[in-house]
Amino acid sequence: MVKLSRRGVLSGLGTGVALAAVPAWAQGHSLHGRGHSRGGPRIPAGFGELSGEVIDLTVGSGHRIVEGRRGPGIAVNGSVPGPLIRLREGQNVRLNVTNDLNEDTSIHWHGLLVPFHMDGVPGVSFPGIRPGETFAYEFPVRQSGTYWYHSHSGLQEQSGHYGPLIIDPAGAEPVPYDRDYILLLSDFTVLDPHFIMSRLRTGEGYFNRQQTSWTDDYPLSGEERRMWAKMRMPATDIMDIGAPTYTFLANGRGPTEGLEYLFRPGERVRLRIINGSAQSFFNVRIPGLAMTVIAADGQNVRPVEVDEFQIGTAETYDVIVEPGSAEAYAIVGESMDRSGMALAMLASRPGARAPAPPLRDPPLLTMADMGMNHGPSEGGGHVGHDGMDHGGGAARAAASAGGMDHAAMGHGTPAAPAATAEAGGAMAGMAMGGHSMEGMDMRDTSLLPPDVKVGPGVDMVSMAPVDKTGDPGLGLRDVGHRVLNYRMLAALEPNRDTREPSRLLEIHLTGNMERYMWSFDGRMYSAVSDVPIRFAWNERVRVKLVNNTMMGHPIHLHGMFFEIVNGQSPAQQPRKNVIIVQPGASATFDLTANEPGDWAFHCHLMYHMHGGMMQTVTVVGPEGAV
Amino acid sequence: MRMPLLSLPLLAFAPLPVPALAQDQGGHDMPQAEEPLQPSDDPHAGHAMPAPAGATEPPPTDPHAGHSMPADAQPVEPAAAMDHSAMDHGAMGHGDMDTAASPGPEFETPPPPEAGSGPPRAADAIWGAEAMAASRAELQRTHGDFAVFWFQSDRLEVQSREGTDGYLWDLQGYYGGPTSRFWFKSEGEGAFGQRVEDAEVQALYSRAISPFWDLQAGVRQDVAGRDTTHGVLGIQGLAPYLYEIDAALFVSHRGDVTARIEAELDQRITQRLILQPRAEVNLSAQDVPLLGLGSGIDKAELGIRLRYEIIREFAPYIGVEQSWRVGGSADYARAAGEDPSVTSYVAGIRFWF
Repeated sequence: MVKLSRRGVLSGLGTGVALAAVPAWAQGHSLHGRGHSRGGPRIPAGFGELSGEVIDLTVGSGHRIVEGRRGPGIAVNGSVPGPLIRLREGQNVRLNVTNDLNEDTSIHWHGLLVPFHMDGVPGVSFPGIRPGETFAYEFPVRQSGTYWYHSHSGLQEQSGHYGPLIIDPAGAEPVPYDRDYILLLSDFTVLDPHFIMSRLRTGEGYFNRQQTSWTDDYPLSGEERRMWAKMRMPATDIMDIGAPTYTFLANGRGPTEGLEYLFRPGERVRLRIINGSAQSFFNVRIPGLAMTVIAADGQNVRPVEVDEFQIGTAETYDVIVEPGSAEAYAIVGESMDRSGMALAMLASRPGARAPAPPLRDPPLLTMADMGMNHGPSEGGGHVGHDGMDHGGGAARAAASAGGMDHAAMGHGTPAAPAATAEAGGAMAGMAMGGHSMEGMDMRDTSLLPPDVKVGPGVDMVSMAPVDKTGDPGLGLRDVGHRVLNYRMLAALEPNRDTREPSRLLEIHLTGNMERYMWSFDGRMYSAVSDVPIRFAWNERVRVKLVNNTMMGHPIHLHGMFFEIVNGQSPAQQPRKNVIIVQPGASATFDLTANEPGDWAFHCHLMYHMHGGMMQTVTVVGPEGAV
Repeated sequence: MRMPLLSLPLLAFAPLPVPALAQDQGGHDMPQAEEPLQPSDDPHAGHAMPAPAGATEPPPTDPHAGHSMPADAQPVEPAAAMDHSAMDHGAMGHGDMDTAASPGPEFETPPPPEAGSGPPRAADAIWGAEAMAASRAELQRTHGDFAVFWFQSDRLEVQSREGTDGYLWDLQGYYGGPTSRFWFKSEGEGAFGQRVEDAEVQALYSRAISPFWDLQAGVRQDVAGRDTTHGVLGIQGLAPYLYEIDAALFVSHRGDVTARIEAELDQRITQRLILQPRAEVNLSAQDVPLLGLGSGIDKAELGIRLRYEIIREFAPYIGVEQSWRVGGSADYARAAGEDPSVTSYVAGIRFWF
């Protein structure tokens, strides 16, 4: 029995009671989803493997039991996660997907380069798969690497509709290894996901059991607490949903349910880590072992050795580890809010176990996460320096210069001169006022470009958003070991298109925590479903995402890889399909629009996407017909 | 690391492998290298950069340079190198770091005409518009502006006080999307064994006017005591410091104007134990003898409730509440044989779903 923590144990009780006390109709079961019953057959954890030119998949419902708790299940081929689909680069594949649910379903092949109408997004790429129907996805396999698949219908992903997808390269693997394992991280809940969605809208902070209180242990002064209250923002909203609502899973198993990977000392083990969760970020580490990252989102990168990395929802990282003489090593996927962890073991013999480390203290948001990026407060200042990349020396120089933070200067927004100028002025005010928020306008909408719709859906405007591709992520800014950040990634195989982008597209991530509205440029998908982001054929565009919210958003573009603008040369900018935009910060990618059709573009936090943070991207084909 | 692929002019900008301070300057200063390393005399520079920072920043001479926008500093040049030269590199952070290695446009421009226009309908060409219509509508309906139902019994309690014990309810709820909702409210009170003293229901349309505030308009019907219909105009929302505010103006069908302001604050003692101070003030613009209202402040309430959330949706509470009838209303109360000042000990449940 793995001991998790006082927090985990205590809160486990809460949800059990909740279920008993809240009648079914009040849990939202009947709101608008019929596929999430807790009845039906039991769906086991774990997965088999399928390969070949023709693969048959069936989506069905049932129930899952994780650590003794029973929850709704939607499974592909009867397991959660669904079966490993193992393909080879260069083959053709036909995937017949049969829907045994009583509601529509779909499968989106996350990260795969497919014709747009095979991408599996109902309402964008195809009509969806109706109950009882079989849909045949057919496409050539044009790439290799670690990917996954999941439902793009309703909230089915939360209930288990996801699985791993691996494509072996036509040529040789870039690095040698002895064993090849998949670690698919996800989040389990006994609740109907429609109930979760409803509570996120109606009960602010409903799923957060780590809120500030008179008796908490957070290192916050009274002044800081009043400041957060004044802003009507929670410093503790790290993930929206944490334990005990969620149990974090490794390949469908809870932390005490014994997922293990066997090794012999001295072997090189490839771990393909997939964040297949609905709404969770994980901080992944293996105490006692370094990890060499060799691929991100399926694309090979120059090997880089780290001790921990944050994996945003829907990201994948491949790492090589070389277990030594210890009998076992714990693979820890600690949720970013540190309310729980997914756990697996590298074991030298079946049953060998290493102790799981205790949960670390939950992180808090800082002023930097509101886009203030203002000096001496530890978190912000530190991140600011990370964000600099003038060389470490420059950052130190800045720090020694009276604690002034370069990043604080806000220059992240070359596209918005007025914004930057005003931010500069604002900074001065702040500097004079010490760390306090006195006189700060946390929603100065004049900082937004005119194409952002200002309204109730925008509760914050980042004052001085800076590029934080150098930020390791919330909670990892001050750990005493090597943590991955996007600046450390470089494409192994050079990018084919290294043209300088011909235009800049700036997209603002906007939201209202209280109303749980999420959007791009202030407009929820409901308002822009017929207003796509448009690209010309083969157009090379630099896309800058500016986060005006206090949450990190893993932004996913379907159908194409983009290259993160992270300080590498255009040829070496890492290819990804998900980019985390840190709270109050910006992140930029370059895109060659060479996959014609309509594509979904959205925050991969499922409840944020359903909260409105989604838009369609239209790439006009070479014939200009689309 | 990023040197090999840089074009020649950019090469000059790349950070050189020299000690930190020198690198910083060398890396950022290029076009302005002739400028001395001293605090700027720029009148705006101080806004952006407190003096100590000046020591590590290339001093801007342009009046806007401290605010660090290339366009402000110089006319925009198409060449990437010129963009860089226009920038205050010391202040610009990595925006220019990125472009130094991977140049790109600095200003947003609209898509070219070849990007086309109109709604996204690529799938119609494959599957047919008819086949796509339902899923497209479903996607639009469920991603963003969908309706939810919320019902809250904020106070449902018995009140123990001198004389006859009483009861009180205070309910509200809504159905609708995040910015546009149908809102209903009901409150009332009475003493056990007697007729309901006060009871009202409100039906309101509620529209978000800012991130934290809704404007509400509708009708209120008093269903106990004197039959009265009011028009309602109010605001409800979350004030700074997390005060939940509900303020409304009522105009009765007899033309009387009254108002009510309520404020509540949740203070978490633990994750489940919550202390809630509450204040309410009722105002009247005129004497309304029929309803026993004196003009000015009619009634004020101050209460504090301590609740324990067994689950979020269900919390029993205890508390104490003091209410005062004031001015003319106090006279009416005394005339009716009531005490204008009442202290009640309360116990109730708060629940919502």
